[in-house]
Amino acid sequence: MALFKSALGKLKKGLARTRETLGGGLRSLLTGKRLDEQLLKDLERRLIESDVGVAGARELVESVRTDYKAGNIETGDQVLDHLKRQLKSWWPEQDRSLTFATSGPTVILVTGINGVGKTTSIAKLCKALRDEGRTVLLGACDTFRAGAVRQLEIWGERLGIDVVKGQQGGDPASVAFDACDAAVARQVDVLILDTAGRLHTQQGLMGQLEKIRRVIDKRIPGGPHEVLLVLDATSGQNALRQAEEFKASAGVSGIVLAKLDGTARGGIVVAIRSATDIPVKFVGVGETPDDLEPFDPEAFVEAMLAE
Amino acid sequence: MFDRLSDGFNGVFKKLSGQGSISESNVREAMDEVRTALLEADVQYDVVETFCERVMADAVGREVTKSLKPGQEMIGIVNRRLVELLGGDPDADPQEALTQSGPGILKMSPGPTVVMMCGLQGSGKTTTCGKLAAMLKKQGRSVMLCAADLQRPAAVEQLETVAGQADQLPGGAQVRFYGEADQVGAYGERVGVAVDVCKRALKAAREAGVDVLILDTAGRLHVNDELMGELHSVHKVLNPHHIFLVVDAMTGQDAVNSAKAFHERLEVDGVILTKFDSDTRGGAALSVKHVTGAPIRYIGVGEKLDAIEPFHAERMAGRILGMGDVVSLVEKAQQEVTEEEAEKLQAKMAKGELTMDDFLKQMRSLRRMGPMKQLMGMLPGVGSMLKDIDIDEKQLDRTEAMVQSMTPAERAKPDLIKGKRQKRIAQGSGNEQTQVGQLVKQFGLLNKMTKQMSGMSGSARVAAAKQLAGGGMGGMMSGMPGLGTKGSTKSGSRGVKKRKPKKRR
Repeated sequence: MALFKSALGKLKKGLARTRETLGGGLRSLLTGKRLDEQLLKDLERRLIESDVGVAGARELVESVRTDYKAGNIETGDQVLDHLKRQLKSWWPEQDRSLTFATSGPTVILVTGINGVGKTTSIAKLCKALRDEGRTVLLGACDTFRAGAVRQLEIWGERLGIDVVKGQQGGDPASVAFDACDAAVARQVDVLILDTAGRLHTQQGLMGQLEKIRRVIDKRIPGGPHEVLLVLDATSGQNALRQAEEFKASAGVSGIVLAKLDGTARGGIVVAIRSATDIPVKFVGVGETPDDLEPFDPEAFVEAMLAE
Repeated sequence: MFDRLSDGFNGVFKKLSGQGSISESNVREAMDEVRTALLEADVQYDVVETFCERVMADAVGREVTKSLKPGQEMIGIVNRRLVELLGGDPDADPQEALTQSGPGILKMSPGPTVVMMCGLQGSGKTTTCGKLAAMLKKQGRSVMLCAADLQRPAAVEQLETVAGQADQLPGGAQVRFYGEADQVGAYGERVGVAVDVCKRALKAAREAGVDVLILDTAGRLHVNDELMGELHSVHKVLNPHHIFLVVDAMTGQDAVNSAKAFHERLEVDGVILTKFDSDTRGGAALSVKHVTGAPIRYIGVGEKLDAIEPFHAERMAGRILGMGDVVSLVEKAQQEVTEEEAEKLQAKMAKGELTMDDFLKQMRSLRRMGPMKQLMGMLPGVGSMLKDIDIDEKQLDRTEAMVQSMTPAERAKPDLIKGKRQKRIAQGSGNEQTQVGQLVKQFGLLNKMTKQMSGMSGSARVAAAKQLAGGGMGGMMSGMPGLGTKGSTKSGSRGVKKRKPKKRR
């Protein structure tokens, strides 16, 4: 992947807590034990507690049980290896890089419910794109929440990136249109649009996203080229509903999993995988603009179950 | 809200209702489903185990009371345990428990009462500060909001705007703002400065004589020692009377543990659950008291500043079990309509002299109480029927527009509205002429009905209303002109839209 070349070090650091509890917990649970029904039950519990979800946890445990019954697995240590293999096989070869326009500005629309970390994730994305030598423009389409535009502006000032904004309380679609105009006029490489947080249960607001999409496509045909849904890693299984609803209204093409450093377990990544095909493209692992990482399932599973 | 949980519990009750007694095997089988439903709802694992064990212990071997069926007996048992889990007292008198108002926010003398807000990033602290301010203002208590979040860009500006908005809302007191925008720094750089800002805010609050000072602190992880230390200093220096932990209602298994960590360090005295208007399955609501020991005090139910409600364990248990929450509904109504107004209206209704103006006023105060779907969800048995239905609030807008296009004479005597007048009103309000006709016709029926009903006893009234409504929910809406689903042509199908049945996970 061209974007983000940084090593796995930071992901591991961000996941340190995941490792300590899920990996470490699983290790101390399984290491040196003989496998039996009680151990399988404890395993299921541990997985559910890590937000893997009931269905995901049961599927994993069933696959262990099948191998156990067939006599292929006898010890806890073998279970760890089995889990690692099983989990890794869940992520198919999938393109997890950002989609760019073949010519003209690439438009990235960023969506999500309230308070998941959209604006912070955008700042991180800006920095990464700029560090790659791309020119970036921001569009502040969150005209609803007090201080939202200002928040984006401050990030813009810090990173040296211009922000297109409209009236507080104005129509976000018209801001999107203006921002597209500006992006074409200035010939920037990437335009990132911030939208207002909206609960996926609010039909009207979800319809507004469809309108924003239409308006973008009108001004920059083929756009938005990427629709990112920001999910909060500390949220529970409701995150899956959010993914479903946003996919239906906004045509989400990738997930940014924010605040992964805020959960000790990180199992929600597995839950998302077992429920949807939308690829997790990035994970947020801290508060500074550098704390965004491309998601690498192999490394993630290793980090989750590492010693 | 809670659909999946309600379904799970209802499955249990149904299973048991055909049986002569509650036996271990039939309860165990039924409870397995509840267990899965609870886990899928993000209820914390330990909480689920404890809850199911207690319900089992209560239920098994119990002789079914003669008058009750096993299903109903089970509802009683589950309800008690739910109330307990939500932080209520299952032994309290049910009537009293339902109507008590909760502890509220202390009144300190001399003031101000200091309230500190804390929580993870994005849980909704700043918005909740505004909601508390609006609520206190309504009670006639003045508030100062202090921006102690010097980490997130524009958090200070956000609170200032929110304070301004709260100050515009009705109430007999002022909402002020205290902030020092020049103290803001990049994340992690200005740790500790917030303590001084809070100190100066307290001084300003004393001088201005405000009743309540609310401190909006920065979002932080409970494992961030530096930032937790800052909260600790604010706590030590200002000694707040309340510390509220703001928690997202959609929180997962692990985040409830972070609430516990906050509580252990700060002795939180209450939790405020936000984003309760989402389709949260209720995991945090059911776990937080058991895990942290701190009771839930308020819930946030929307983006507007008046969208906050006190939390009642008994009522919430009722909603989860699909028994509705009539008490909250009545309370909401009382906030909107004074007794005097209600009496006047009743007198008019008794004579069948309701005018379009009365109707407009009624409809508006009803809508001020909240979105129609939310209100209907509080009625017993209606909640579960509503989950696949979209109520089109626009239909209500159309009805309002029609009434507003009527002359005062027409509003007082809707019978006047015929042919030409109908056409004018339709054009004026952007509706079809048939819709205007429909409204007038239904209004006439309503007037006739209310006149008849006022002479009846309570139970006869209910029966009559049922007859009018045709039993179902759709019918109930048709009791209100312009909302009809039965017997109306165009307007009806718009009033209540049936969504395509969706597969639920």
